[in-house]
Amino acid sequence: MTEEIIIAGFGGQGVLSMGKILAYSGMMQNKEVSWFPSYGPEMRGGTANVTVILSDERISSPILNKFDTAIILNQQSMDKFEPSVKPGGVLIYDPNGIVHHPTRTDINIYTIEAADEAAKVGLAKVFNMFVLGAFLKIKPIIDDEYIHKGLEKSLPVRRHNLIPENEKAIAGGKKCVKPVQVLS
Amino acid sequence: MDHILTRDEVTVPENLVYSRTCLLTDNALSYCPGCGHGTAHRLIMETIEEMGLQADTIGVAPVGCSVLAYDFMDIDMQQAAHGRAPAVATGIKRLYPHKTVFTYQGDGDLAAIGTGETLHACNRGENIAIFFVNNGIYGMTGGQMAPTTLPGMKTATSPFGRDTASMGFPLKMTELIAQLPGTYYVTRQAVHTPAAVRKTKKAVEKAFQYQKLNKGLCFVEIVSNCNSGWKMTPLESNKWMEENMFPYFPLGDIKLPKP
Amino acid sequence: MKDIRLMKGNEAIAEGVIRAGCDGYFGYPITPQSEVLEYLMATNTEKRTGMVTLQAESEIASIHMVYGGAGAGKRVMTSSSSPGISLMQEGISFMAGTELPCLLLNVVRGGPGLGTIQPSQSDYFQAVKGGGHGDYKMIVLAPASVQEMYDFAKLGFELAFKHRIQVMVLSDGAIGQMMEKVELDEQLPRLTDEEIVKKYPWATTGKTPDRPRNIITSLDLNPVKQEIININLQKKFKHIEETEVRFERIECDDAEYLFVAYGSSARVCQKAVQLGRARGIKVGLLRPITLFPYPVEEVAKLAKQVKGMLAIEMSAGQMVEDVRLAVNGVVPVAHYGRLGGILPAPDEVIHELEKNFINK
Repeated sequence: MTEEIIIAGFGGQGVLSMGKILAYSGMMQNKEVSWFPSYGPEMRGGTANVTVILSDERISSPILNKFDTAIILNQQSMDKFEPSVKPGGVLIYDPNGIVHHPTRTDINIYTIEAADEAAKVGLAKVFNMFVLGAFLKIKPIIDDEYIHKGLEKSLPVRRHNLIPENEKAIAGGKKCVKPVQVLS
Repeated sequence: MDHILTRDEVTVPENLVYSRTCLLTDNALSYCPGCGHGTAHRLIMETIEEMGLQADTIGVAPVGCSVLAYDFMDIDMQQAAHGRAPAVATGIKRLYPHKTVFTYQGDGDLAAIGTGETLHACNRGENIAIFFVNNGIYGMTGGQMAPTTLPGMKTATSPFGRDTASMGFPLKMTELIAQLPGTYYVTRQAVHTPAAVRKTKKAVEKAFQYQKLNKGLCFVEIVSNCNSGWKMTPLESNKWMEENMFPYFPLGDIKLPKP
Repeated sequence: MKDIRLMKGNEAIAEGVIRAGCDGYFGYPITPQSEVLEYLMATNTEKRTGMVTLQAESEIASIHMVYGGAGAGKRVMTSSSSPGISLMQEGISFMAGTELPCLLLNVVRGGPGLGTIQPSQSDYFQAVKGGGHGDYKMIVLAPASVQEMYDFAKLGFELAFKHRIQVMVLSDGAIGQMMEKVELDEQLPRLTDEEIVKKYPWATTGKTPDRPRNIITSLDLNPVKQEIININLQKKFKHIEETEVRFERIECDDAEYLFVAYGSSARVCQKAVQLGRARGIKVGLLRPITLFPYPVEEVAKLAKQVKGMLAIEMSAGQMVEDVRLAVNGVVPVAHYGRLGGILPAPDEVIHELEKNFINK
């Protein structure tokens, strides 16, 4: 199993930390992992993206231009990464703020109204975990138990009290993800 | 007089009133006759000897006339790049907090190219001693203008005299660093008369004593002559120094430990 | 139980130097490597192992603090990124002239000038051919993974003291910023001052009656003596060329074409090898691990086997010169590089191979 993922959105949406939790969880499940961020000015609010690879084998390039899954949280990222999804791959996006929806017909497309759903249940701060939940629903490559361990590893001990609401958000995301186009 | 003492009759141990410090090597000093560097070297080595610090001391030599200071000082020494001695000394002292570490620097080294390193070592309050020999000129490279060259003073690169409008003013580094909380003892002395030498010796001793007590950075400026660079005889240069250098760089303690 | 962690490359090397028994780090913040100093400060090295961590006022001061500490026989290091490494060249040259051991890390970003903060490999010449003034070389290690960032801390110090030479870890923003799994090993003890006196009799530890004074200097105004000093330096570099070459061969045994790449470019090429082989192209990868000494013999050997070599670098063509020198005209050597902080993509690389050698 090798899963090559790009997660992209605005800085501050929790793109990098979502990738980090995914990478930590993969590591806890004894997978090879890499987490490669765009870095620099996006720390101040530009676009941010991170490439996460989970694999049962040694990872070759942490830097990719074709992905099994793209998780998209803003329009710029949609424009940039929709063409990068491998044929037959998966694109998951939050339609909030998206004007030009994906048009490819050779990929699987899902939406997750993460921002809205998270706000509804008072979990706006961990809206990125709704997105992660959506991904895990479509690609159940990591077991819940390891997601829990991944959260423990990636959050500092003083923030461990936030783990339950993170898990609640992940469960919420799993429920809210909607298929738009599923290839047979 | 019945008998004139011979040389051998005079040089007997009971007549000894002064001897060369054994921590100066036998290498002939490379400084010009009449230059103050030799005396400054001797005072530092004499103090290290008297305080029994030889096995405990690491000196840092600069670039400039005193680039070869390690040839004359019989202690472990490291030669630094131009201006970087306070950084080199910081590296040594941080890793050996119990050793005695000092730099020996001229005005070009300390007050021009090494201003940043000097200021920041002082500001961090490194427990080192800085000995700063200020003769207002670049001696080694042939008498060019230094940051401490006096207004109107002629040098190889200010042949019509230092024009402060275009070349700036002599930099009073010692007054500058005395402002910093990291410095503990800051003084300006000279070595051109026996009385001045005795005062400088005291200052050198204090600098090493305070270092042993981890008090912070001690800074001893020694205003000196450069008879070659100034194109004067040694006697003339000492007179010129008193009349011109001392008014701009007045001697005395600038920062004393609070009682 | 193994201590396995997910770390950034910059954090891994910081942890690596602590565990390798480093005595002192002196550095100045610059993107994309500030995590090194941040990590050392956050972990409180002084409390953990007694290691000194100091933020200097500049890269120039940093390297001269390293010079001072190294002269006194301590395991010292600094890290920076390209513009900062340029500033350090003065001190590096002084350390070359005084044969002082130290570890240097360059997390390369795109230049020239202030350039960009994105990853690049455009400092190859500076690292491998000298960099500062005078005839000298450093050992240059090129990590291609976060694990190697960690491992090369210890290896770097070992080589530095074995040969009394500066060792540079030539990384880049990609390796520095990405996270991978790292397996950590045991903490090595720092040497005591007494051990340093015994092991490194040249160090300025204070002159004791049993030995002459130690002088660390690169100055000798007598050109005859200075030439001898230089000849001896060259002998040392030659010895290092004969004994310290390191490289990795990936799918080389039956290769008809060869990528030559180091650092993050080598990782991209690893993927390209997989893509190429899936398309039926017998392509392999030679990854130099030491850039000085360069794996000259291995490149020459492979030149007799393959039909062509393609050097992949994030530069306009620097390492490719060493490939060409080693190949010496035996097979065609091409170069493909992305500039200014852009990483080549795996299929871009395989496309270049096809363009240069297969679909001609």
